[in-house]
Parts: sequence; structure tokens; C-alpha cells
Amino acid sequence: MAYDKFTILTSTAVPMPVENVDTDQIIPARFLKATERKGFGDNLFKDWRYNNDGSPKQDFVLNNPIYKGKILVGGKNFGSGSSREHAAWAIYDYGFRCVVSSFFADIFKGNALNIGILPVQVSPVFLDKIFTAIEANPETELEVNLPAQTITILATGEQESFDINGYKKHNMTNGFDDIDYLQAMKEEIKTFAAMRIV
Amino acid sequence: MSNKPLTLFDKVWDAHVVRKIEDGPDVFFIDRHFIHEVTSPVAFLGLQSRGLGVMFPQHTFATADHNTPTINQHLPVEDGLSAIQLKALETNSAKYGISHWGLGNPKNGIVHVVGPENGITLPGMTIVCGDSHTSTHGAFGAIAFGIGTSEVEMVLSSQCIMQPKPKKMRINVNGALSKAVTPKDVVLYIIAKLTAAGATGYFVEYAGDVFENMSMEGRMTVCNMSIEMGARGGMIAPDETTFAYIKGREKAPKGEAWDKALVYWKTLKTDEGATFDIEYHFDAADIEPMITYGTNPGMGMSISKSIPKAADLEGGVASYAKSLAYMGFEEDEQMIGKKVDYVFVGSCTNGRIEDFRAFASIVKGRKKADNITAWIVPGSHIVEQQIKDEGILDILTEAGFQLRQPGCSACLAMNDDKIPAGKYAVSTSNRNFEGRQGPGARTMLASPLMAAAAAVTGVVTDPRDLL
Ligand code: SF4
Repeated sequence: MAYDKFTILTSTAVPMPVENVDTDQIIPARFLKATERKGFGDNLFKDWRYNNDGSPKQDFVLNNPIYKGKILVGGKNFGSGSSREHAAWAIYDYGFRCVVSSFFADIFKGNALNIGILPVQVSPVFLDKIFTAIEANPETELEVNLPAQTITILATGEQESFDINGYKKHNMTNGFDDIDYLQAMKEEIKTFAAMRIV
Repeated sequence: MSNKPLTLFDKVWDAHVVRKIEDGPDVFFIDRHFIHEVTSPVAFLGLQSRGLGVMFPQHTFATADHNTPTINQHLPVEDGLSAIQLKALETNSAKYGISHWGLGNPKNGIVHVVGPENGITLPGMTIVCGDSHTSTHGAFGAIAFGIGTSEVEMVLSSQCIMQPKPKKMRINVNGALSKAVTPKDVVLYIIAKLTAAGATGYFVEYAGDVFENMSMEGRMTVCNMSIEMGARGGMIAPDETTFAYIKGREKAPKGEAWDKALVYWKTLKTDEGATFDIEYHFDAADIEPMITYGTNPGMGMSISKSIPKAADLEGGVASYAKSLAYMGFEEDEQMIGKKVDYVFVGSCTNGRIEDFRAFASIVKGRKKADNITAWIVPGSHIVEQQIKDEGILDILTEAGFQLRQPGCSACLAMNDDKIPAGKYAVSTSNRNFEGRQGPGARTMLASPLMAAAAAVTGVVTDPRDLL
């Protein structure tokens, strides 16, 4: 078992209505020098979050105590850029378990699912509703229900369903990962490999 | 037997599916796996903690590139953390029997340069690496894409990853390219048309006579940047140009094996009548030398035009304004004449011999501008040697440039090659994200010709004026 099971998450959310949030912003390259997976949360959004002297930038959302929670809500094309899984680690390590956006970059989405962060893709209209609701009241709670594949703005009851394939859903609700799956079919892979002329 | 016409992508993909999972991804077999020092250490730790081994160590190749210094490579690496990562790559490779081209090895260089250069990358293969620009290898008619560290661990332990099959896109560019329009301009043009997210969810095939007439170096430049429009990868059908490039390279098949491979490789093209989920057509004559003005690779423009107005673009006005503010640019301004502080020539996008030839073609007989700091970084030792052998080094030296040692360098600025905050760089690399080339650095992506024009004039210059 590689990460915590994910079933229903009810939490306030941190809004980041910026488009094309790329992996270089999520975790700048100079923090990729670790040989272990720990401590990445401290450097999440480092250059947006801190001034050069290390003091927090007051206008950045993660430095605003009125916004908190386990859900990060980002603008369109979230996670574009590099394949660095460190971006997903940083988000996870900071304490987020779910990222909501109207559009995700492919590799980021795959990495997130592989380490137990649920990427929830909603319509642009619903994304706007979430941003509006949080802006009106930062205490707004969202409910992300993986078994039912729904996301709900609890205060208003507005709801949308989201897609996830059955395999990934099963993995996330049980805390399994792909390595567990692949290990269980090793012989089949060896037979396949023997047939390939490479 | 069904004779359904297939795309190149289908042919290669379907040949690598070990198992199809209902309502889930395919279990996808990987022929070649490249690793480097940054995204592999945690994968090896994962293996260790699960008590797993490497299933086929002979299919994984390690090279050190991302945070290696580009001067004094014979000395111990000064940066402590980088040194630890480099050591980890070496130790892990040795422990599991993986071939390792570390610092100082004559084969060392950027992973996406050394793979093709040594005949490891071949048509019809599936190739992955923990680096999104793995798409480069698609130039050979391979399915190649970047993966995360969890997937690196999967490939090490089982030679497979779990992948849903992407949708298919074909991008056709036909006609003749104008003077000073390079493969980099072609791909920057396509990305500007499709936007930085325009190909997300797709795997791209590039087709048309522009690509057919392109060298392998040029095709690699194009496929390299597929990821910058969100595509998982891009590929080009192998042809005589491909075969000629591969033939005789160290790890390429030889003798009978070569003949056999060639028969198979010749089947690797999209059949007449095969369909794509989406298709684009562009006219080569519309493409001019390109430069980016913003903070994602989709924000590119023809050098002779002005920076677009937010109102004329799709997408968020606020994000656009933020991007221009970061760059210190305004809507409707010209790029020509803007001051440049740094020029970077290198990376897996434009760090091959052809790129240095192009750079030298403009630099020859001119001098480096005084206000310019230039980092000229070959993609590999083999490229470095070519630069020397072809007399390019002499041209560079004569003009006041220095050649550095191979590595990723200022492409992602993990080593000392960082553009200082607020400074402007014309860069032949692939990403102009905020801070990509150093905190606060302002990147303008362009071709080696444009980089050369900036390097000798000190400002953004249309390379056509100097040819
Ligand atoms: S040159 Fe840049 S894009 Fe290419 S492998 Fe290195 S860091 Fe990645």
C-alpha cells in the first residue's frame, strides 16, 4: 500500500485562479536535488510564496491565513511543463489531497494519481462557481466524493460529476498503486518480453 | 485478417500492449529506458523499500546531465547536493548492472542527445525517461514520452508502465520554408497556433514535406517541443534520412540484424485512409523566424510582428497581463531592438551539431556584443568533438565566444548557469516559464540563428538581416 486511501474528502479549499500553473512554479528546479522524498512542501510555489530574503509574500494565497484546506483549486491547464513528480510530492507534502481545475496537463495528472492526489476536472463554469463561492466566503467547504465521482459546493448544494477510470478509482479508494499491480503480473511480462525482438 | 488502415502511432502502440485493463490503462511494455540523476534516486529508494530488483537492466541507460557543471568537469562537483545525486546515479547503476555514462565519460551528455547519437534510439520502439522532453526520440518513429518517478520505479521493476492510450493528432506542414526559418521556428509556430495546452491528451504525428525534408537533428528539435503544447509526445515516420542517421552507430543493429530491422522499420508509416482524432494543416510559407515574448512556449510570435493584445487572444486577460509584467513587456510592442543580456545555445532542443553550425554561420566574421554573456553548451561530448573537428570552435573563439562542457546547463538552471533576476536571455532551450532559467530570469525562446543575431548585436535582431 503506497498512500492513504481516498474516499470522501470534505474540506475548505485554497483558490489559485491562475492559468497555466506550470511545474517550475509548483517546485522550482533548484529544489530537485534531493535523493529522498521529503520536505518538498516547504518549497511548494517557492518563488510565488517567498521574497528573495525568505520573507513571505503577503499577497500570495498560501500566505493568507483565511485560506486553508486539503483542496487546491487552480486555473486552466494546471501542472503543465516537466515530468517532475516532485511537483505532485510538494503538493501532497504541503497537505493537499485533491487538486481541482478545468484542465490538467497529462503528465501531472498521471503523477498525481500515482501518489494519491486526486485530480478533479470540472467544467469551466463550475470552476468559476467554486472560485466565486470561496471569494464570497473562504469558509466554503467542498465535498469530493470519489466513490460517487461528484464534487459539491456544500453551502449551495451545487454539484458536478467528474471522470476517473475504474482502475484508478479502485486503486485510490484502496490505497493500491500500479507497482503492486505490475508485480502481480511479472510472469506475463517476461513472456511478452521474450517474444519482442529488441 | 482485417486490413483496417492504421496510423504509425497505432502500429507502435499496439505492438507494446502486454495487457488491456477494462476501464483502465494498458499495461505498456518499454523497450528503452533512460535515467538521469534528478528523477531516479527516489525510484531506486522505492525499489529498495519494496525489496524489488531491476527486471531488465540491459534496457536502462543512465547519463548524468541535469545538474552537472559546464566548466571544469574534471574537478569534483562543488555543489554538495548535486554531487550526492550524481554519486547516487553511479552507485545505483553499478548496484543493478545498468550502463552509466557519468561525468567525464566520452559518451556523456544530455540524455536526449546521447540516446540517438549512440544508436540506442531506434524506430518502432517505446522509450521513456523521467524527463518530459523524452518526446525528442519520436523523431525516429518511436513512441517516446516523459514519465514521473513512480513510473521510473515501475519500469525498473517490471519494464512496464500503465498508460491509457492517448488520442491521435496529425500536424501537416507543407511547402517550402523561407530563408532563416529553422525547425525551431516551425515548432514554435505550431505551438503558438495550438497554444501551450492545445495538444493535451494527444499524441502527435508530424507529416508533410517540411518534415520529410528535414534532417534528423531538425526532426528531433520539433519532436522535442511536442510537450510544450501539452502533447504526450510527437513522432515522425522513419525514412531513408532516419536509416542513414542510424546506420553504423554504436548500438544500432549490424549485418543481418540490420537488414531484418530495416524491413520492419519500412512498415512504420501511417496507412492511406487511417484516421486521426484531429488534424491540422499549416503552410510553410506562413512561417517566419519566431521568438517568444511571454512565460509559456505558446506565447510566440513572428519576429517582424508586435506583441499581441490580450483582447485578440483566447484565455485569461489576468494571466496574460501577469505574464507580460513578468517579462517587462507591453502589448503591441515590437520585439526587434529589445535589449538582451544573455544568450544560451544548447539543451536537448538545440544542442546538436547542426545548431552550432547555424550559430556559427551568423557569428562568422563578427564579434560578440560587449553587453552579452554567452553560454555555448554542446549537448554531448560527441557534439563537442564535432564542433572542434569542423572548425566551428575557431569561429567562436575568433568572435569572442567560449565553448563550455556538455550538460543541460541554463535550460533548467540546476547548476551554476543561472540567468540573474530581471535579466533577458535569448535561449535556444524549450521553456520560458517564470524562473526556469534562474529565479526572476526572463527568457525569450528562439532558434540558434536568432540567438546568434542577438549575440553579435546585443539586442533582439531579425536573423534575416545578417544572412
Ligand atoms: S536540456 Fe533541458 S529539457 Fe533537455 S533534458 Fe536537460 S533539462 Fe530537460
